[in-house]
Amino acid sequence: MTAGLWEHWVLPGIWITVQLTLYSAALATAVAFGVGMARTHRSRLVRFFAAFYTEVFRGTSALVLMFWIFFVLPQLAGWALVPMWAAVLALGLSYGAYGAEVVRGALNAVAPAQREAGVALSFTPWQRMRLILLPQAVPEMIPSFCNLLVELLKGTALVSLLGIGDVSFAAYLVRLATTESAQIYSITLIIYFVLAFLLTRGMKVLERRAKAGIGQFPEPLSTGGWLRFRRSDAKSPELSSTGVTGGGASR
Amino acid sequence: MSADTPLSKERPNPAVDGSELIRFDRVVKRFGANTVLDELDFSVASGKHVTLIGPSGSGKTTILRLLMTLIKPDEGTIKVGGAYLTHEEKNGRLVPAGEKHVREVRKNIGMVFQQFNLFPNMKVLRNITEAPVTVLGLPKDEAEQRARDLLDLVGLGDKCDAYPTQLSGGQQQRVAIARALAMRPQVLLLDEVTSALDPELVAGVLDVLRDIAHTTDITMLCVTHEMNFARDISDQVLMFDAGRVIESGPPEKIFSDPEHERTREFLSAVL
Repeated sequence: MTAGLWEHWVLPGIWITVQLTLYSAALATAVAFGVGMARTHRSRLVRFFAAFYTEVFRGTSALVLMFWIFFVLPQLAGWALVPMWAAVLALGLSYGAYGAEVVRGALNAVAPAQREAGVALSFTPWQRMRLILLPQAVPEMIPSFCNLLVELLKGTALVSLLGIGDVSFAAYLVRLATTESAQIYSITLIIYFVLAFLLTRGMKVLERRAKAGIGQFPEPLSTGGWLRFRRSDAKSPELSSTGVTGGGASR
Repeated sequence: MSADTPLSKERPNPAVDGSELIRFDRVVKRFGANTVLDELDFSVASGKHVTLIGPSGSGKTTILRLLMTLIKPDEGTIKVGGAYLTHEEKNGRLVPAGEKHVREVRKNIGMVFQQFNLFPNMKVLRNITEAPVTVLGLPKDEAEQRARDLLDLVGLGDKCDAYPTQLSGGQQQRVAIARALAMRPQVLLLDEVTSALDPELVAGVLDVLRDIAHTTDITMLCVTHEMNFARDISDQVLMFDAGRVIESGPPEKIFSDPEHERTREFLSAVL
């Protein structure tokens, strides 16, 4: 591959893919928490609308939704989104629906006794959510969010169909220019793999931090040995050195 | 230590004079076809320590859960400190209470659970300070001082920075007691607080509760299978069977000279 193609198409393409992933993930996270918490709301009406959202956006194709937002919405609304934001909106809304189910599942998995303890201390429903339920549920969500994030990264390839110059679109152009399909598509696969790998490692670190925040201390993260087999992070209550003995120091 | 002892009342307690603090009036609670409480009437005077005994399934825990508003009665009314717990008076009629009213009355009640139910996402100190700060609006340093005093009281002054998962069951339960007391409730509900503990840890928890029972004017409602403890701390023992109080009286009377046949059977089985 010639240097010009790399600089003008592939590198900017990687940057656009990264941007798309981050923006869509931000929107999807907001949607996931909003809709997921609404699905555990006391009010039946709120639960109904949240469930309705989830079913609609989980049941529609992200690709068709993206086309709809880009081509149909302007006719109805009289204004158009630039392709980048149409793509972010479509990906964020549909992956948010998947994420909402993760949030709902994790919230429901918190022991009911925790809610009762919150009631006994007269916390309001929102205080219980913010102080007790969410902090315990979030660490449980992270592995599923990690999966969705990787799915989302790969899902961004759909935007090449709107003519957005992401990695996939760059690969397509390079193939047209050079006719070397094997080389460029192999490189593209590796680029996606590396991006996904960085995301999963990042999420792993987040998960460890989050679990330490609720008093669960898995083995320390091994540095460099990422290909070595390690025992899965069992939720052992074993005490780390940061634990009990240090407690008296603050007095 | 501040001059303020850990358990002194912040608000003047209007009713340490033995007037009625809790009143159940024809309370019915059903779970499906099973009637757990059957038109239950009883009252507890302020400052008294009342123990509920009886076979399992007789409705003892249900009473505590009704008082804590974790469940709602199907019929009847409950009053705490003169205010309806699950109802509000509107235009002279009793209507089911809104969340806000319930929360206001509930602030006078604290509960310690069988399974401790500490918040695993908070260290010990914050488990105790969070509700006084967030719910009662206590300044943070004052809440922390109160929490440290209470932790000293339950013998865990050195565990402020531990997570609940790092404590034994007995230690967790003592933190849970401190957490309930930090709200300075008028009524403390104790729901089989030693049932989930290893035998060697029970004594420590009971000692703390004895201490609290003997040195404060807090009203206690206690469901327990520890009959010796019940005898020690109770002013009154209520014997339940099939959702009704079949016998009540001072512990000396109930434990040594029960009148009812069912009480005799029950006590001979557990003592």
